[in-house]
Amino acid sequence: MIQVEGLTKRYARTVAVDNISFSVEKGKIVGFLGPNGAGKTTTMRVLTCFMPPTEGTARVAGFDVMQDPLEVKKRVGYLPENPPLYPEMEVVEYLDFVGRIKGLQGAELKRRMDEVSERCAITDVQTKLLGKLSRGYRQRVGLAQAIIHNPDVLILDEPTAGLDPKQINETRKLIKGLAGDHTIILSTHILPEVEQTCQDVIIINKGRLVATDSVENLTHRLRGAEVLAVEVAPRDGALDSDEVSRRLAGVDGVSRVEFREGRDGRLRFEVETAPGRSVRGDLARAVVESGWDLHELHAAAMSLEEIFLQLTAAENEAGEEPAGEGGAA
Amino acid sequence: MRNVLVICRKELNSYFASPIAYGLMAFFAAIAGYFFYVATAIFVARGMESMMMGRSFPMDVNEWVVRPVLMNVSVIGLFLIPMITMRLFAEEKRSGTIELLATSPVRDIEIILGKWLAAVVLYACILAISALDIAVLFLYGEPDLKPILVGYLGLLLQGAALLAIGTFLSTTTRNQIIAGTATFAVCLLLWVFDWITAYETSTWAKVMSYMSVVTHFESFAKGVMDSKDAIYFITVAFFGLFLTARSLESLRWRA
Repeated sequence: MIQVEGLTKRYARTVAVDNISFSVEKGKIVGFLGPNGAGKTTTMRVLTCFMPPTEGTARVAGFDVMQDPLEVKKRVGYLPENPPLYPEMEVVEYLDFVGRIKGLQGAELKRRMDEVSERCAITDVQTKLLGKLSRGYRQRVGLAQAIIHNPDVLILDEPTAGLDPKQINETRKLIKGLAGDHTIILSTHILPEVEQTCQDVIIINKGRLVATDSVENLTHRLRGAEVLAVEVAPRDGALDSDEVSRRLAGVDGVSRVEFREGRDGRLRFEVETAPGRSVRGDLARAVVESGWDLHELHAAAMSLEEIFLQLTAAENEAGEEPAGEGGAA
Repeated sequence: MRNVLVICRKELNSYFASPIAYGLMAFFAAIAGYFFYVATAIFVARGMESMMMGRSFPMDVNEWVVRPVLMNVSVIGLFLIPMITMRLFAEEKRSGTIELLATSPVRDIEIILGKWLAAVVLYACILAISALDIAVLFLYGEPDLKPILVGYLGLLLQGAALLAIGTFLSTTTRNQIIAGTATFAVCLLLWVFDWITAYETSTWAKVMSYMSVVTHFESFAKGVMDSKDAIYFITVAFFGLFLTARSLESLRWRA
């Protein structure tokens, strides 16, 4: 559905995208993962014919973005990071306008407007001004705008940015529901989002391709060694972090124990297991048998930075603090 | 063509959904009405004068009222044009909606023509208000209709040309104020270029004067349709739209 070869985009002073190649099969949801400024938006803008590449080619639905931009545009729905809404328009007016410039008219336009309103749950705000909508509704109207002409390919730039957790969940569900009839590329800098919604993942950093793989393979590759967060609480009296640390390290299959922080008398540790070992049961038993309470035990999500560090192991910059972007799953 | 009309309709809707259109119309109605009043007052006073002196040479309404009013309207138009065109592209660039237009299956030229056409239609609506003033003349006198129509054709051509320049300048920035100010500066220059001939007669002064819109509108105001002047306006309109297309294209490369 999408073939990108040797794509490079240079601005006056910077190289935003540097020689990227990848392809996306029909009907897949692909996560485009990378930190801010990695070149995600630039790549998407090339795919949507918003800007031409400096070098390389990109084909969408069999049409080249340079040779047949009109044909590509007919087959692509695009939701930029900020939904492109006209504040002085009502929702219906807006959908009507967008439908028309995307080539719909008459009864079909009406039908599609109703369909996408239903699908994106914006039927209750039809006559509201776009400028007065909340962030969540704006995002949904933006999505409705992108799918109104029933495009083969859907390109979504950070579709969940700035939404509250409930809205994020709804948006993800919506996107998942769209897969099948549409090929979807969505960009994000949040790893769990890719895990939850996408089948394949394309990781880029500083304009360069880091990895393309299925989400399953990738998590496998990354999670050969599992990282667990363990929180231990004292039964009575205080806890000595060194003592707990020693006890945890003594469990069979644990390769590394690191003390993270102490809060309200409880202590938090990060425990890394040897590849392929499941140690949760043993860890729990060790804690309880030592006369302490096990307060928490879960897999720690890897932050994006850690992934980049692992994937680009070549430049081994040790001692980098993982930022809490991934958060606890 | 369908796309042009879709975009044109959308632009007109947003002109009339905001106070811009009404504000411009009110502003114009007041000023054009004032000039019309002054012109008729002078006409009436002169008419009385010559009657009292016993002279009975016929006074021409077209010459005494219509022509000065049209000339004034032409100059007021120069002030309206920046306010009509400044938002056309600058606002889309600022709010990011340009991404929607640029990734929809429409050609750049269709976007440009649609927006420009909407500006011309709004300008024509505003001109129509001054036509109401002129219509009053038909109630009390017998002005000649044809020169009036030619005059309005001239106003429309002049507007179309300057609106094209304004559209171009609007693509160069994301700040409406800058777009408006630049357009106003160009309109003002194209007006005052004409004054140069008052104290200079050399070739460069003639060239300057030729570039002025006022020079070219004068014959229209007299009711004379000179192809030279029509071609001037049409050329400027084409030139403006051409620059707009180039500017929009370069935007994509630079983005």
